[in-house]
Amino acid sequence: MDEFLNMGGYGPYIWSSFLIAAIVMTGLALQSWFDLRKQKRLVAELEARSPKKARP
Amino acid sequence: MVPCCPARGGLHQTDMAWSIHTYANPTRFMNFSAIVLPYVWALAGAGIGIGLYLSFFVAPPDYQQGDSVRIMFVHVPSAWLSQFGYGIMVASSIVALIFRHPLADVAAKSAAPIGAVFTFLALVAGGLWGKPMWGTYWVWDARTTSTLVLLFIYLGYMALWATIEDPNRAARVAAVLAIVGAVNLPIIRFSVDWWNTLHQPASVFRLDGPTIHSSLLWPLFVVALGFTFFFLGVFMVRMRAEILRRKVRTLQMQQAAG
Repeated sequence: MDEFLNMGGYGPYIWSSFLIAAIVMTGLALQSWFDLRKQKRLVAELEARSPKKARP
Repeated sequence: MVPCCPARGGLHQTDMAWSIHTYANPTRFMNFSAIVLPYVWALAGAGIGIGLYLSFFVAPPDYQQGDSVRIMFVHVPSAWLSQFGYGIMVASSIVALIFRHPLADVAAKSAAPIGAVFTFLALVAGGLWGKPMWGTYWVWDARTTSTLVLLFIYLGYMALWATIEDPNRAARVAAVLAIVGAVNLPIIRFSVDWWNTLHQPASVFRLDGPTIHSSLLWPLFVVALGFTFFFLGVFMVRMRAEILRRKVRTLQMQQAAG
């Protein structure tokens, strides 16, 4: 296990590159998804206020 | 006379406009993306999951670089997608300017932050690979510098969208920046041939075939495929949000007008 984590001495470089990629990509996906959810909510609120203009 | 298309006929140009708006109008995109998205995420998850396994348990250490070569599995797909994203932006910007296609500037705007993220990851992973192999995180060689310029163009493009309030005006100004900035793409691609860089020359997409051993090459393709589907998934989510954002804007203006 230690040998695997050590990666022939390159462990810190390898693990940090994969970890940063995972964090940044997850962050991007979540931010995009939260934004989509927010816009959906806003559309629903606005359409509730003026039902006759409802259809996209 | 072949009895074709009785409903429309007419000029070729109206025909084209008809088909563009039929096959890619925002409502159709919303329906289409809702159906496709789960599959895109599944493929992204499978590609990245299997790719990670291959990266650490199947791909052998490089005969010169040892295990540090595994950083390639983050660095290279990110670098590819940094250019893929910009390619989408340029193509969409051209379509937006010429055809006023209703989805084109939505697509261009949505691709930018994803492209910027992958450019950032290519640079960071590149630095983390550079430290053990070159002895430094960063050098101002042609490949790394032109990639940094790509990141700045992405950020400038996003800043334009953020500062101009009217989406139609923002789309036109941003499209011009995207198209002018495209001059950087061949510079990045050929920088390693035109100048004497510390960065290695192309080793996958070469006229005489890849110079990477297949045991490292095919895991790379699996990760890259997973990353590409991830890109497409986020891209569709962002396009959906952008379409709704414009709808919110229209509804707000309608309601403000009474």
